Amino acid sequence: MSVNINVNTGKNKLRRRAALTDTNLLLFITIGVFIVMYVCAIIFLGKGFTKPQAFFNILNENASLIVLSCGMSLVMITGGIDISVGQVTSLVCMACAVYLDKDHGNGDVFTSLFIALGIGLAFGAVQGFLVAYLEIQPFIVTLAGLFFAKGMTTIINSSQFNVENDQFKVLKSTEVNVPLMGSYNKLGEYIPGYVEIGVLVALAVVIILFALLRWTKLGRNFYAVGGNNQSANMLGINVKFTKFMAHLICGLCAGIGGYVYFMHVGSGSPSHAAGAEMNAIASSIIGGTMLTGGVGNIAGTFFGVLSLSTIKNIVASLGLDEAWWTNITVAAMLCIFLLVQSVILARKNKNKK
Amino acid sequence: MENGAVLEMRGICKYFPGVRALEDVDFTLREGEIHALMGENGAGKSTLIKVLTGVYPKDGGEINLTGVASNAHIRSPQDAQKLGIATVYQEITLCPNLTVAENMYIGRTKGHLTNWKKINADAEKLLDELGIPALATQQLGSCSIAVQQMVAIARAVDMDCKVLILDEPTSSLDEQEVLKLFNLMRSLKEKGVGIIFVTHFLEQVYEVCDRITVLRDGKLVGEYIIEDLPRVKLVSKMLGKDFDDMADIKSESDADNIDYNDIPVYEAKDLTGTTGIKPFDFEIHKGEVNGFTGLLGSGRSECVRAIFGADKTNGGKVWVNGKQVKINKPLDAMKNGISYLPEDRKLDGIVGDLSVRDNIILALQVMKGFFRPFTRAQAEAFADEYIKLLSIKTASSESPVNSLSGGNQQKVILARWLLANPVYLILDEPTRGIDIGTKVEIQKLVLKLAAEGKSVTFISSEIDEMIRTCSSLIVMRDGKVVGELKGDDLNQNKIMATIAGGEGK
Repeated sequence: MSVNINVNTGKNKLRRRAALTDTNLLLFITIGVFIVMYVCAIIFLGKGFTKPQAFFNILNENASLIVLSCGMSLVMITGGIDISVGQVTSLVCMACAVYLDKDHGNGDVFTSLFIALGIGLAFGAVQGFLVAYLEIQPFIVTLAGLFFAKGMTTIINSSQFNVENDQFKVLKSTEVNVPLMGSYNKLGEYIPGYVEIGVLVALAVVIILFALLRWTKLGRNFYAVGGNNQSANMLGINVKFTKFMAHLICGLCAGIGGYVYFMHVGSGSPSHAAGAEMNAIASSIIGGTMLTGGVGNIAGTFFGVLSLSTIKNIVASLGLDEAWWTNITVAAMLCIFLLVQSVILARKNKNKK
Repeated sequence: MENGAVLEMRGICKYFPGVRALEDVDFTLREGEIHALMGENGAGKSTLIKVLTGVYPKDGGEINLTGVASNAHIRSPQDAQKLGIATVYQEITLCPNLTVAENMYIGRTKGHLTNWKKINADAEKLLDELGIPALATQQLGSCSIAVQQMVAIARAVDMDCKVLILDEPTSSLDEQEVLKLFNLMRSLKEKGVGIIFVTHFLEQVYEVCDRITVLRDGKLVGEYIIEDLPRVKLVSKMLGKDFDDMADIKSESDADNIDYNDIPVYEAKDLTGTTGIKPFDFEIHKGEVNGFTGLLGSGRSECVRAIFGADKTNGGKVWVNGKQVKINKPLDAMKNGISYLPEDRKLDGIVGDLSVRDNIILALQVMKGFFRPFTRAQAEAFADEYIKLLSIKTASSESPVNSLSGGNQQKVILARWLLANPVYLILDEPTRGIDIGTKVEIQKLVLKLAAEGKSVTFISSEIDEMIRTCSSLIVMRDGKVVGELKGDDLNQNKIMATIAGGEGK
């Protein structure tokens, strides 16, 4: 219905001011910090960072984390959290490893993929149902999921083993060359830059989820629910379904991320991906997703993962190899990011009339 | 069904634990009429609306929508929207983290994709037509409350609705915006939309409405054509008693009893806040009731917040009873005997999940220190005393404050500050969004407190209320004090002229 009334709108007199949304503001901060950090690393630390392959290795190492973090961001945008993704990853690895291994299941790669996705979806669906429809705290629900996944992993197999399966070996060792991004070794030979298949999967997930959040109704509903779920309900959004979908997609991401992890390590172990959920949360936060919900961006999460691992690499190349150095640096980085975020948001809100 | 009716509600019942919120209520809305729904706080207006929009499930009765559904089952706001019921709620129910345009279109567009170009263009057009000072791409949270309210209204009127519900849409709007809203309502009425209008402002009812339905204590009092129900009768129907209470309020406060040569109870010189107010001088004497007035956003609330230390001050000197003090945070103010009843009771006032009792003793407890809690019996005694004194309608002092109606929540906060026994009490919009009966009670209470020797600052959007209560008025415009009116100057015209400014004078 178009509304036409003759009111002197006086619109020219009105002060109009375009402002960045919180989401975009935090996104710019994240990307900016990552670039500054990487450039500084190149300038001051030199050789470890100048080669393009150094960057590709970050991607290779973290493909799984990227996928997990994307799912995590999605849940966090709706105001929830999913701490089961790390153990689900571990479970997926173990299940696929046992299924594929010659001495165990000796199955084919294609089916193992479905096993991975199935496990992820099952976790997502059950947890989503409990959180959305029975209105149980997401932290509690996914904590239970974490323990369940941990238990299941050990039931399937309690020790670490490498997968022996020809089909899978081919898949695991496939390297995709990146054109024009190679480097010359000491003998002057050209060594092409490469990424693993997992990286392509991760990038696809990033792009798909980015598009989902930006251009689909479901994606926008995630933001609305996270912003204020009562209001979202009043605005005619099915809040329960939206929350359910967030957990389902996060579960699916855990399945995909699990398989990507599996392709990278090629083994099954109960200690795989331990603490990955915490890295995913940290990456999401560094990427500008707020724990309070309603604010966040998948592109930010992507850069969040990169920032997190770049800082780890920087610490390592400074010769501070001990695990606690990395942990302390990550903690400091999280603190700084949270501080920067809250300072900037506070200043921004103060400016508003 | 009656001819021309778009909506009929028959025998609606709704129960909450311990409370019968609605009992056998009928309501009929006809095509192309503006229908006021009136009643005191807790009369069941908001509940009736929430039943109609599917926020609460009804416990009995039926809802018929002509040509759409008979005995409709409305289980969620989505259902209501699909049936052509658009609603603007009393509280702003939009998402602050989304853009203005998204808030206007989310949850009601077809298809699975969001067409940003289209919604931004559509929103921009609608904002222009309605003269709302916001950008389509601006984040909603960065707009003022009034603008957010207008955006909510824009969203509702843009829906192709048969029934439009406006629940207290004007409480945060200034006069210009209210005028715009009324024009909009009239043009929708001509198109045959039935509008349900809930408000506490009687003038507004008589300005736009065709019919009035009155509720009291969850029951239907009656439905009247506006011409048949003069104001006095309407108020008496709402209160359920004859209308003479208003006359009890003396039209002139006894300004004579105040000794202006006395040391002021509170005095500020060049006080400046970080919230955009210009330095101002201010003093208040024992037994004085003064007021801050001005348009919305003129800085009247910011002034008192600065006095109370709720906002940071960055300049100026303050004396309490002639002694210079520093007030940097609310606790400092409280220790100096200053109390402040905030404008936004949901945000700054109540602690919703705590009980009525805990909310009442909160301020006193803070001053005493949390490590020396009151005994249960003490707390109980305080709470019961003030529940009785202010006649707060609550199931018990144990009920969470959330379960009370708006006016009663306001009384709880008032009780909290009265219990703190201040020498200087600041009331920022204590009567906003509450019914006329409670309003009168609060005004009387203010005058009684003043007579007892307390100093009160009273802020209200309704000027006649201020005139009745205050002995002096400070007028503000754009964050600056532009005048102080006393005695004979305290009349509507003079105040209006001062607010409007000195052009041509």
